[in-house]
Amino acid sequence: MAEFLNTHLGLYAGTLIFIVGKILLFVIPVALSMAFLTLIERRVIGAMQLRIGPNVIGPFGLLQPFADAVKLLFKETVIPTGASPVVFFLAPMVTFSLALLGWAVMPVSAGWYISNLNVGVLYLFAISSLGVYGIVMAGWASNSRYAFLGAMRSAAQMVSYEVSIGFIMISVLLSAGSLNLTKVVEAQQGLWYFIPHFPMFIVFFISILAETNRHPFDLPEAESELVAGFMTEYSSMSFALFFLGEYINMIAMSGLATTLFLGGWLPPVNIAPFTWIPGVIWFALKVALCLFVFIWVRATLPRYRYDQLMRLGWKVFLPLSLVWLILTSGFLVYSGKLAH
Amino acid sequence: MIVAALAFYLFSAMAVIGALNVIFQRNPVHSVLWLIFTFFNAAALFVLLGAEFVAMILVVVYVGAVAVLFLFVVMMLDINVIMLREGFLKYMPVGALIGVILLVELAVVFGAWTMAPQAEALRGLPTPDPSQITNTEALGQVLYTDYAYVFQAAGLVLLVAMIGAIVLTHRKRTGVRKQNIGAQVARDPKTTVTLVQVQTGKGLQ
Repeated sequence: MAEFLNTHLGLYAGTLIFIVGKILLFVIPVALSMAFLTLIERRVIGAMQLRIGPNVIGPFGLLQPFADAVKLLFKETVIPTGASPVVFFLAPMVTFSLALLGWAVMPVSAGWYISNLNVGVLYLFAISSLGVYGIVMAGWASNSRYAFLGAMRSAAQMVSYEVSIGFIMISVLLSAGSLNLTKVVEAQQGLWYFIPHFPMFIVFFISILAETNRHPFDLPEAESELVAGFMTEYSSMSFALFFLGEYINMIAMSGLATTLFLGGWLPPVNIAPFTWIPGVIWFALKVALCLFVFIWVRATLPRYRYDQLMRLGWKVFLPLSLVWLILTSGFLVYSGKLAH
Repeated sequence: MIVAALAFYLFSAMAVIGALNVIFQRNPVHSVLWLIFTFFNAAALFVLLGAEFVAMILVVVYVGAVAVLFLFVVMMLDINVIMLREGFLKYMPVGALIGVILLVELAVVFGAWTMAPQAEALRGLPTPDPSQITNTEALGQVLYTDYAYVFQAAGLVLLVAMIGAIVLTHRKRTGVRKQNIGAQVARDPKTTVTLVQVQTGKGLQ
């Protein structure tokens, strides 16, 4: 395809168009699912709290996200006095682009990816650990107490939970024998990793709740004490970018959980009626399941206290994931299943 | 190939610009942000070299963890830039000395790598073919075989540093109310709640 375009359009033009096309094929579905995720979240929480939720704009309220986007677009952008303007506007952009960057290596079906990186898992880990910058920059540049406190909390929280996420990833990678996300999924043919690694799947899921600043770990934007945390001073599109970044991050993290534990694009049973459905549908269904749990947790649990959050990360999850790593590697060496 | 060369010059130029900005920025927080930018470009240079594992580790460790803590500390400090400029001339000789020493050390290392008799043999060692073996495996095979002891020693050095940091900052503080979860969970109504019949006009005795 790319070669064909190159010969007709001249040097590298075809490759460029091909890459941009692939990126658009990923970004547009992600952006659309993000838009509807905001609606689904409000509807699901509404149902869980015996309310109706937004149902007026369009059929079933389907046009609500677009109405919200237009509303945000036409609001006034306010810069606080004493804010550092460049960093202030850089922060939401960083958050939004980092959230999208993670999709570069996500295999949504067999052979469907933008880049088949050999160190795909490490890349995703690196990108998710960078998410903290958008928040810290926003908190500092706003020149506001609430924003700063929110940013501080977020930095400590995300750095703490990354450590256990890293160890959990290593356990999974040892079982799969590769850092390549496609190979991790292929290694789960027959047995998805959430069965042998079940305790770690739970720990991983709780850790990604903390990593994406979602309930019950949404201390950086705890509205009862910090107004809106690091987003306090943001309005209009700069606020919208934070909001979108957070939701895309949620989808990306659910995608990561799906890839590492829920067998990616693989059907649950490898027999006829299930194999007819294309892999990308399975991937989307699994991601949707993870996202539903995200929303469910938000509707159910009260917010953690900050010291409890830190204790959970360092004193419970970190030792647990380390012990599990030793157990996994011990089992793999003993049973001779370690990949060479 | 032209694209690779262009990318190399782009990333190295950006790295140099970033590094210069680290020292020329007036605001320390901006300096740290430029430092992060420099790290990124260094990681991109590693990717161009085909060392993708090292590139990712650079981003995870330096950008994702070290620089976050760095930024954290710098943001908390109330640094007065003008006060910082005051001692500039006084401290310049020391800074220049350190710079010169580092330069000489780099020159020695580089010289040894090109001229020492063993270096020729080391460089002659067969490098694994990138199409046959992934980056991660190639690194692991060298790190855990030929350099296993050195690698462990490096780990021990880090452990000592970590324990040192904990010992330095850990102190018994008085007046801190800590939550004892075990005690809270172990409480039961029999031992904590007593029902008392209070006599009117007398109160609790």
